[in-house]
Amino acid sequence: MSARVRLWVFLAGAAGFAVLFAVACFGLPAFGTVHHPYGVRAVHASLSHHTANVIASVNFDLRAFDTLGEETILFSAVLGTVVLLRQARDEHRKDPEPAVVHPRVRRFALLMLPLALLVGLYVIAHGQVSPGGGFQGGVVAATALHLLYIAADYRALERVRPLTLYEVGEAAGEAAYVITGLAAVLAGSAFLANVLPFGTFATLSSGGTVPVLNAAVGLEVVSGVVVLLARFLDQAVEIEEPGADDGSPGGAGSGPDNGDDGDDGDDERERA
Amino acid sequence: MTVLPYLVAGWIFLIGVYGLVTSRDLIHAVGCLAVTQSSTYVLLLAVGYRDGGTAPVFADAPTDSRVVDPVVQALALTDIVVGATVTALLLALVVQLRKRHGTVDPDALSELKG
Repeated sequence: MSARVRLWVFLAGAAGFAVLFAVACFGLPAFGTVHHPYGVRAVHASLSHHTANVIASVNFDLRAFDTLGEETILFSAVLGTVVLLRQARDEHRKDPEPAVVHPRVRRFALLMLPLALLVGLYVIAHGQVSPGGGFQGGVVAATALHLLYIAADYRALERVRPLTLYEVGEAAGEAAYVITGLAAVLAGSAFLANVLPFGTFATLSSGGTVPVLNAAVGLEVVSGVVVLLARFLDQAVEIEEPGADDGSPGGAGSGPDNGDDGDDGDDERERA
Repeated sequence: MTVLPYLVAGWIFLIGVYGLVTSRDLIHAVGCLAVTQSSTYVLLLAVGYRDGGTAPVFADAPTDSRVVDPVVQALALTDIVVGATVTALLLALVVQLRKRHGTVDPDALSELKG
């Protein structure tokens, strides 16, 4: 399909969508309306489980099973990225050369690193009390580690980042979520039901299983984001492109997946 | 009584799809997909808004205060997490395509290999 035809097909589809969407919008309840039946019930359910942050309650209590699915998407996306960005047979690694960092940049990044890490862990731990939780805090904590890449160089980052450990951490985060759910079953309730004592409202111990699931998600997100960024940084910093694209039969993505999984895994372990 | 926030969501969606359709660069296309997806955040938050509502966190606010709808906010959170990881996966695919085919132009990727 030529670019012109494609554009016309899009314009026809877009016009149809615009009309239908606009009609649907006029059928929606008015913006800012006070009546929210689901919201009212969610707030009530959250308060009855002593969880101050209703969004955390919705995610880890009312919709805990859906969040398991969401966490699994995260897990599989990271897994897929790791598989896709492995070092192929015709690629080789080059040790990155340390770059000169301006002393002010170095001081600032080293000052911010522990602070950002602490904020990340704080946000994970206080997910049931204040805005935040495992997903948000996990991203903050994981990116905090990468301030070391800015402050020093890639090798310093690799030293604080044993990749195997983070890969295990990601799996452990996913497993902890499932185990928390199964523990509820063993306690004689439904999968992922909130069976722990609800604790005192608006304190760290409130919310029953909400802080536990928050921590599991936090662990998975920290590890997942570190592994993801490590793979992309590897591509940018370490892995050299093969000299020429010779069109060998091992092209098109499917070829390298076939027999050399073990080899690639070994290479990466040795490096880590 | 306005539908403008809903229409903005539809407009962002269409802009994103327009970018996808006319894209000559897969990295640009992945970015456009992220734009398309962000229209759902706008729609969800617009649906959940309440006049005079505060954040649905009762740590400091009294428990009878009027809050915006927490259900759609939780859905938006899910959306963001899934979107970010899927974007990472797609970018990894683009990296491999660039390596194997030497191009990120989707129109140049018609040949079969391997």
